Amino acid sequence: MSRPPLYKFRLYVAGDALNSSQALVNLNALCSHHLQGHHQIDVIDVFEEPRRALADGIIMTPTLVKLGPAPYRKIVGTLGQTRLVLQALGLKNPDG
Amino acid sequence: MRAPPVIAQAKAATGIAGFDEITGGGLPHERTTLLMGGPGSGKTIFSLQFLAHGAQACKEPGIFVAFEESADRIIANAESFGWNLGKLRPKRLYFLDAQPPSDLVHAGDFDLCAMLSGLAIQAADMRARRIVFDALDIVMALLPDAAARRREIYRLHEWLLERGLTGLITLKSGDDEAAEKGGKFHFMQFMVDCAVILDHTVMQGASQRTLRVQKYRGSSFDENESPFLIGSSGFEVDVARPQWRPDTDVPTERISSGVSRLDTMLDGGYYRGASILITGYSGTAKTTLSGAFAEAACARGERTMFVSFDSDSGEIIRNLASVDIRLARHVKNGRLSMVSARSIAGSAENYLVRIKTLAKEHRARCLVIDPVSTWYKSGADLSTYSVAERLIDWAKSEGITLLCTRLLDEMSGPAENGSPLQISTVADTWIHLNYLIQAGERNRSLSIIKSRGTAHSNQVRELLLSNSGITLADTYSADGEVLMGTLRWAKERSAAAEAEANEASAELGRVKLDAEEAELEVRMKALQVELVAKQLEKALLARTTRGHASELSRGHQRMRELRGADASKAVPK
Repeated sequence: MSRPPLYKFRLYVAGDALNSSQALVNLNALCSHHLQGHHQIDVIDVFEEPRRALADGIIMTPTLVKLGPAPYRKIVGTLGQTRLVLQALGLKNPDG
Repeated sequence: MRAPPVIAQAKAATGIAGFDEITGGGLPHERTTLLMGGPGSGKTIFSLQFLAHGAQACKEPGIFVAFEESADRIIANAESFGWNLGKLRPKRLYFLDAQPPSDLVHAGDFDLCAMLSGLAIQAADMRARRIVFDALDIVMALLPDAAARRREIYRLHEWLLERGLTGLITLKSGDDEAAEKGGKFHFMQFMVDCAVILDHTVMQGASQRTLRVQKYRGSSFDENESPFLIGSSGFEVDVARPQWRPDTDVPTERISSGVSRLDTMLDGGYYRGASILITGYSGTAKTTLSGAFAEAACARGERTMFVSFDSDSGEIIRNLASVDIRLARHVKNGRLSMVSARSIAGSAENYLVRIKTLAKEHRARCLVIDPVSTWYKSGADLSTYSVAERLIDWAKSEGITLLCTRLLDEMSGPAENGSPLQISTVADTWIHLNYLIQAGERNRSLSIIKSRGTAHSNQVRELLLSNSGITLADTYSADGEVLMGTLRWAKERSAAAEAEANEASAELGRVKLDAEEAELEVRMKALQVELVAKQLEKALLARTTRGHASELSRGHQRMRELRGADASKAVPK
């Protein structure tokens, strides 16, 4: 049984806006439950790095980007709908 | 905070012909404008033109946020308008691709902070003054509920106001919008300072685009729907009557109609800048008269445009050459522009705007539209009427002498009654061409129904076309009827013969009288001679008688003397 791959995430947030905070909370909970530490979350505050958001083509906050493993995914919103998010991230069956 | 109404509100010129006139200068400066319209109504082109004009002519760099189409596609589509958007990028015109990717997963509420914070930096960097959010409805549709949509729109509005940007937000308004009372974004119309609605409808098969300013805080504006066209250089909005138009100088110069006798009938020709209407059934030589006018204008060296809705320009040139109207050389030297606009597509507004643009490009001083009646095939009656009126208004304000022909329907009644294009009431000079059918012939007649400000002949003339040109002949009126063609000719001939006969018989009578007179004179002479003879005879007789008597008395005396008997009765001496 091989080690599960490292999940690399980048989350764009807008300061401490409510939906951004919710997304961060939801993402953390999701990762700890399904990935057991095999993940890395890079949080970018668009108020602090506005040029970066523009360069990365980020229009909406919060936006979660799954950088790896492939496929690349972009999810917008508070990440509250867990089933949908898991499906999008390819984590439907974490024990498989 | 509100400025007194006398001070003109600052406006951001859009560079759109007509729109800046309707709004008295453009969009509200440093405020937000909402632009609504259905698919394909021209929202993106309007927005791009607003930015391009700002960047090029007003030193106001701009940002275009594209929610629907990619920036590259937008630029490629706008290539044909000649705005050189590519050259303006990225310093004076910045495009942000903001289309949500199709594989984007939505999981809950979100906001537009990322975009706005990025744009804030970008706007500050390039000192942008204008910004367009094109198809904001796309991203709004992703938001989970109405409250979120409202929140984001207010966020955007606040953001715009904070930065003092002149903002333009476009929204699609489709059928589904109308179904919901006022549409999803109805509240936006209250929020913004200016709202513009674009409409694209098809009326009786003719495409018709209109623009209407729904609201404009703190400014007067034309509230009516104005037709517009997306032409070769972008938006062209047709203004009914330009507001605040200074009175145009009324010219008194006369120009030739191209037919010298017609000039005489008009007491010197048309007025410069007048609008002339020629009505008539088909084949009454309306085009020929128009051609004569155009040729005369070109011969004077005036730039002229001939718009034909019926035939191709080549056909017209060929056909008119047969009556010695030579247009080909004027086309060659560039004075005459022949425009063929076959009556197949487009609304009356389209034609009007296109004609205006072409006339402007050609710098035409004289304009012929043959026939203007084609217009009421396309578009509703009311709008067509206003188009004709606007055409005349526009020509007047530009000082262009306008000659329109109108085809009358042979089935319909006489000249005046009810064509939707009641151009005849607004035209300055109205010439009516007609046929007179008599003795198996159709002959053309011309009469001047009205000509404002000029004395004009009241006579009906016969219009003769020959290979040496157009002439007008006096019609022959006898015994209360007007004769034309061969009847006129025959009548003229018979009258001439009659006159000849009359003259001959008069001559005969004169000779007769002469003879009688001579005879009388002769007789008089003879009688005079006889008289003299008689007088002589009488004198002779008298003398003889006297002589005889004295002889006799002398005889008696002598006898008495001889007798000596009677003592003298005679007194002695």
